[in-house]
Amino acid sequence: MRDPNLAWYKRGKKEDDEPQSEKRSIPAGVFTKCPSCRQALLTADLHKNLDVCPSCDHHFAMATRDRIAVTMDEGSVVEFDHGVESMDPLGFRDSKRYSDRIKASRRSSGEVEALIALAGRIDGIEVEAGFFVFEFMGGSMGSVVGEKVTRVFERALERRVPALIFASSGGARMQEGILSLMQMAKTSAAIARLREAGVPYLSILLHPTTGGVAASFSMLGDLHIAEPRALIGFAGPRVIQNTIRQSLPPGFQRSEFLQAHGFVDMIVPRRDLKATIAHALRWLGAGPRAGQS
Amino acid sequence: MPTRKEKAPEAPVLDFERPVVELQRKIATLKGRSRASSDLAREIRRIEERAEGLQRRIFSELSPWQKVQLARHPGRPYTLDYLARIIGDFRELHGDRSFADDSAMIGGIGYFEGIPVVVLGQQKGRKTKEKLARNLGMVKPEGYRKSMRLMQLAARFRHPVLCLLDTPGAFPGIDAEERGQAEAVAKSLEVMASLPVPIVSVVIGEGGSGGALAIGVADRVMMLENAVYSVISPEGCASILFRSDERKAEAAAAMKVTAPEILRLGVIDEIIPEAPGGAHRDFDATARNLAAAIRRALDELMPLSPQELKNRRYEKYRRMGAFVEAGGRDRLS
Repeated sequence: MRDPNLAWYKRGKKEDDEPQSEKRSIPAGVFTKCPSCRQALLTADLHKNLDVCPSCDHHFAMATRDRIAVTMDEGSVVEFDHGVESMDPLGFRDSKRYSDRIKASRRSSGEVEALIALAGRIDGIEVEAGFFVFEFMGGSMGSVVGEKVTRVFERALERRVPALIFASSGGARMQEGILSLMQMAKTSAAIARLREAGVPYLSILLHPTTGGVAASFSMLGDLHIAEPRALIGFAGPRVIQNTIRQSLPPGFQRSEFLQAHGFVDMIVPRRDLKATIAHALRWLGAGPRAGQS
Repeated sequence: MPTRKEKAPEAPVLDFERPVVELQRKIATLKGRSRASSDLAREIRRIEERAEGLQRRIFSELSPWQKVQLARHPGRPYTLDYLARIIGDFRELHGDRSFADDSAMIGGIGYFEGIPVVVLGQQKGRKTKEKLARNLGMVKPEGYRKSMRLMQLAARFRHPVLCLLDTPGAFPGIDAEERGQAEAVAKSLEVMASLPVPIVSVVIGEGGSGGALAIGVADRVMMLENAVYSVISPEGCASILFRSDERKAEAAAAMKVTAPEILRLGVIDEIIPEAPGGAHRDFDATARNLAAAIRRALDELMPLSPQELKNRRYEKYRRMGAFVEAGGRDRLS
């Protein structure tokens, strides 16, 4: 066997050759190499361009706080349910204790849990929103995330303002076992009430949205808006590959694949996302109408 | 014929079942001898008592992994085995009216003790050919769209819905993703949350993740004694968190997948006892227990108005989860 590390020359891989569940890291350091076009980019320039590669349009992962800052109107945000915290209901332990994983994630991400719930305005329109923190245990949904998502929907219902969830999650949090699974039912039940009341809910699908988060509120929006080339699906690509034992078609489970198969309404580049959301919210009847304000 | 009542097939024997099964075989041989003397009869009774005691002891000390094995036992009764015993005049209905019929999901109409009901349940196959046809009980989007369609049928005609959960999980495959597996499961959860008729769900074997939950959002949720219910298979959890699928027994224990543990977490309302030695040892006895539990649930639920049902169901799921809230309440479901 040839050791791949000893190769003299490594062929640059195009993104489609990468394993489908490629980790899309948040740009850091002075230079960032674009995994798609292989260009070395100044990280500062990249940030100014909303973490999108200026030459090939590759969408890097965006830090959740940055996303909130570019999505919500400045000074309009009030955060909720900051004090809702995990309690390790199973006393779960694998190679590490679950409670220690939580602590480590808090340190590395600077957030309390994998979802930030807030109220604020988007282009002047009042909304209730939840932003997944992928940096926190892969954005996985346990009891806390499920509760906070449900409260976003309940506040939206009470105030009759639109709800938005910006999803980015590997799915249910295994360390909370069956209680994580039940968060799918709980959040979907809250959506059922929103829908009956005619309160708009936009599902924004970011890279990656899979498992229990895809198979609940993320696929129940009045509109499904995805960023380009986000991985979106029920089962992870590796699970599918292990089950069917054949290679997956290029572009499988990407935003474009979902749009082609009828599960995403539109794919919107990051720079147009806020304007598109505002347009949709106005069309759905939220906030002051154009020409009326 | 799927609805024919078949007797329990000769099932393979799990390691921990072997001592009891061997004693029972011995009893059968002794009984087979003609003209039993009183000595022989006494001997038989002695061995029978020993077998029962042994069985009770073994089954009271089953590990979570052993329960997983029982829940997946190839001789275990499947959805159609129960339907043949508890549903009168069952007629299977096929298809999602959009794409296909999925035979991993059984759906139909019939009568439960005279009450018109819609029944739904995943169906694993028993022989190789049927296993293939049933896709090992792994449902595709068209299966969930069929179950949703039949739930809505029940709602229009004000009949209760009975669901039997038994699946390793929703099918993870290219075609399933193309047809929106995530959307199908999600929509099922929403449809069940707002269904205006009573829903009773019972995990009869493997409650595998979202694929099981898609017919598991109910007013009354129960588990058979040796069934398991989990967010991911023990193998899946082991390979991700324990970095080796060999450690599936540890993963099963860590995730708390057995009926008593799930009951303690507030996710199910009741555990239904199985026949001694497990459901596969006596289909009829287990089906009787199942019917009794469903009857009690329907007695309680059928007088409720659609709005009461929906409100109670919402509150039931609203409470699920465990978290602490700074400056507020401490809560475990």
